Amino acid sequence: MQRTVVGQRKKRYDGLAHVTGETRFVDDVFIPGTLTVKVLRSQVVKGNIRRLDTSAAASLPGVEGIVTHKDVPNNAFGLVPDQPVLAETIRYRGQPIAAVAAHDERAALKAIDQIKVEVDEEEPVFDPQEAMKPGAPKVRPEGNCYMYGEHPCRKVVFGDVEAGFKEADHIIEGEFRTNPVEHAPMETQVSLAVPEGKGRLTIYTVSQSLLFHHGLLTGILKMDKDDLRIAGLAEKALHDWKDDVHVAFRSGTVGGSFGAKNDIHADHVTALLALKTGQPVKWRWTREEETLYSTHRGGWHIRIRDGVKRDGRIVARQVTSIRDAGAYSALNTYVVDKHCFMVSGPYSIPNVYVEGYCVYTNKTPSSSMRGFGVFPATFACEMQMNKIAAQLKIDPWELRLINAYREGDQTPTRRVLDSVYLIETLQACAEKAGVKLPDRLASMTSEKREGAA
Amino acid sequence: MPTLEFRVNGRDHRVEVEIDSTLLEVLRDKLRITGPKAGCNTGDCGACSVLLDGILVRACITNALSVQGGEVITVEGLARSGKLHPLQKAFHEHYGSQCGFCTPGMLLAAKALLDQNPTPTVEEVKEAISGNLCRCTGYVKIIDSIMAASKEMSKREAG
Amino acid sequence: MKKRGVGIAAAQYPTGLAGGGDVSQAYVKVNPDGTADLFIGSVDIGQGSKTVLAQMAAEELGIPYEWVRVHNQGTDTSPICFGTFASRVTYATGNAVVEAAREARSILFEVAAPSLQATPEALDAADGKIFVRDDPGRSIGFRDVANMANIFMKKMIVGQGLFARDHSATDPDTGACDPFCTMAWAAQLVEVEVDTDTGQVEVLRMVSAFDVGGAINPMLVEGQIEGGAVMGMGAALMEDLYPHYPTPEGQPTNLNTYIIPTAVDIPKKMESVIVECPSTAGPYGAKGIGEMTANVPAPAIVSAIHDAVGVWIDEIPVTPERLLRALEKADS
Ligand code: FES
Ligand code: FES
Repeated sequence: MQRTVVGQRKKRYDGLAHVTGETRFVDDVFIPGTLTVKVLRSQVVKGNIRRLDTSAAASLPGVEGIVTHKDVPNNAFGLVPDQPVLAETIRYRGQPIAAVAAHDERAALKAIDQIKVEVDEEEPVFDPQEAMKPGAPKVRPEGNCYMYGEHPCRKVVFGDVEAGFKEADHIIEGEFRTNPVEHAPMETQVSLAVPEGKGRLTIYTVSQSLLFHHGLLTGILKMDKDDLRIAGLAEKALHDWKDDVHVAFRSGTVGGSFGAKNDIHADHVTALLALKTGQPVKWRWTREEETLYSTHRGGWHIRIRDGVKRDGRIVARQVTSIRDAGAYSALNTYVVDKHCFMVSGPYSIPNVYVEGYCVYTNKTPSSSMRGFGVFPATFACEMQMNKIAAQLKIDPWELRLINAYREGDQTPTRRVLDSVYLIETLQACAEKAGVKLPDRLASMTSEKREGAA
Repeated sequence: MPTLEFRVNGRDHRVEVEIDSTLLEVLRDKLRITGPKAGCNTGDCGACSVLLDGILVRACITNALSVQGGEVITVEGLARSGKLHPLQKAFHEHYGSQCGFCTPGMLLAAKALLDQNPTPTVEEVKEAISGNLCRCTGYVKIIDSIMAASKEMSKREAG
Repeated sequence: MKKRGVGIAAAQYPTGLAGGGDVSQAYVKVNPDGTADLFIGSVDIGQGSKTVLAQMAAEELGIPYEWVRVHNQGTDTSPICFGTFASRVTYATGNAVVEAAREARSILFEVAAPSLQATPEALDAADGKIFVRDDPGRSIGFRDVANMANIFMKKMIVGQGLFARDHSATDPDTGACDPFCTMAWAAQLVEVEVDTDTGQVEVLRMVSAFDVGGAINPMLVEGQIEGGAVMGMGAALMEDLYPHYPTPEGQPTNLNTYIIPTAVDIPKKMESVIVECPSTAGPYGAKGIGEMTANVPAPAIVSAIHDAVGVWIDEIPVTPERLLRALEKADS
């Protein structure tokens, strides 16, 4: 059957709404009586809060509610539940300590100013390589490396890398760094939480992961527990929230994300303040908050050691990678996984040994960004390929074509590949670019390698 | 509170504003005209771009009282009697908008250009929208859209 | 002095959550007027999932794209979706949408079969018509069937679809696991001009080839390639959240200090080739390329810089400062 819709250059479904300005982003939703939220962030990098006094702030005109760590029923969230919504122990500069809901921004900011915090400061560590050393200041009590089972790193072990190095004619090493990058979506984090009848809390969210975040938020508010007690909340609420709170995400349109909205940044704080005040509350992050305190692509340090045959075939690859996770896990453990699974590149290498470390430092937590850990993996792997090509005086196209995965090849994680098409994709790129490949390369295909099972 | 009288998209408004209110706050929070977006509030992204007496300005760094008696056009005022502006049509047809957050500001930057220079070169288009950030599209299809609109408009002129 | 160089890079990118276990669901409802409502839980973050999923639903139901409405209003009314990440929505939610649309369509075929004097299995649908596959002249309007089914035959024209993957644990000693649904492939050539006096790098040309498996909407694919190319270029040359890494000193605080590409910074010439090697289990062979488009430019650009000036710079972003320092070091 001829397809009539799929494959066509159909106009964007919501394109007309975009060009007329009718598209309603979360910040474009106005509910009467909505309070404005501002958050007090730590000036200190690391330490324990000794005194936190919100009484002066709470009595200011226009202030409807303040929440601190004392108001969070279950103050630890995440894939690895290690991050507090509002901190008692400070692990990075800018960490949220208290949140205010007030009639307008002025009042909220004034209240933030009036909250008194005293912190017993501790020595921070910023460099992941320092943090890995014994005796380094501890970012978290469990240690500065995330434990994958018994190991302080994710391991991928395939074939015998030492045997591969012995077999090789050349050993080529490289060391690469990618600095942290901010997603910079044009829409910053925004959340509008609206308490409605029957214990329903509607949250207008910019989340890109509804089910995942719903689970996290329910966990924070402990709504799935029998002993549901939102201590101190609903002081002014009209409904008895303690009986039955149901979180409903409303998801309209998201103004760009690139991974920035894959972690909860604002919905937990607005949820707490909406429950506490019984009124709708909105929190829109400033661009400065977005730049400094939202998640981002963390820094990477990658060392590669390759064993290469004279003809350019790579027979062994050893990789050690360090990911700067910042102060909390967020999605970093997964980011490191994905990096380790992919860092040997789109090439069939019989012996691979990878160690990927997820290391905590006293910085804003990093997390997912477009490409997860594969962005630095691709950078390091492809830089290394070009270096090998230069050193062995092999054409970089040829180096890739002779090492490229073929149909039926196995990845280092033991996945057998199908729909392999790197060779043809390289050829298509060369052709478009006007690069003439010699016949022996131009005629290659991704069919099973000769002699392969 | 001082009173601001101005025209937005052909309609007269009279609002009380703080002396330090920005045009963006008045448009969005008081008049609920939400086409202009708050992407940075520091004048760096262009998401809040509007036309003030035909000139492209950033509403987030424009003091509201400074537009006293002025005429503002936002994205909501681009379509005329139910007909899309050629720029709007072109952005829709050539996929000049992905998430859409930069689009209202981008359209006004493009309009400001075409009003002055109906047949710009690609380089002139790039220059004209270089104060409007888009994180989604890589700008390629935005530029295509503006070039297409320019062509369409000059065809109409001629026809 | 201005010097030119060329560099290339290749890449793979996995579609779907590493570790598996992720779910995407869809419902399709056909109304008496023949239009369809598609309910999904996947969020459109700008990449265009509403568009491609609507196209899939329209294709399967056999109605024009314009007859489909997409609903993803939130957790109360939408089916379940883990999220928009891991380049998974076109593939995962797409599979759910195709299944849901087919189920709804099969109900309509049953209703239409007697009046077309054929078995439901012999029917097909396209462009708002239901017809006998081997004799397309024998047809009936999709609208008429939808109306008849909903109102007169008292049927609910609702289909549901599910994409779910088993969880795959990772062996902590070997890393053995099944980390993706399918793999997409890419290659890119970049030409740059390096100003050795200022350290500025200009990308003159970028040629990209991406294997998307099956392009549901080529225009949207191009949008992903171009957007990713420019974001990748930003990470390669301009964007640095920690200029004094690893310390947080001197961090940019705003878009006037955290510099992302503007329209004047983009490559002078950008060309893309869409390659299609169908995945075995993706809808219409689709794979996910949303993320990988941003991964390829950095190594290609930095290698092109090496080609131009003979210096390897192993740290990105290659800001003018970093480039000049590297040149200085190479000189001494
Ligand atoms: S919001 Fe005005 S320039 Fe960014
Ligand atoms: S379309 Fe998303 S920022 Fe331009």
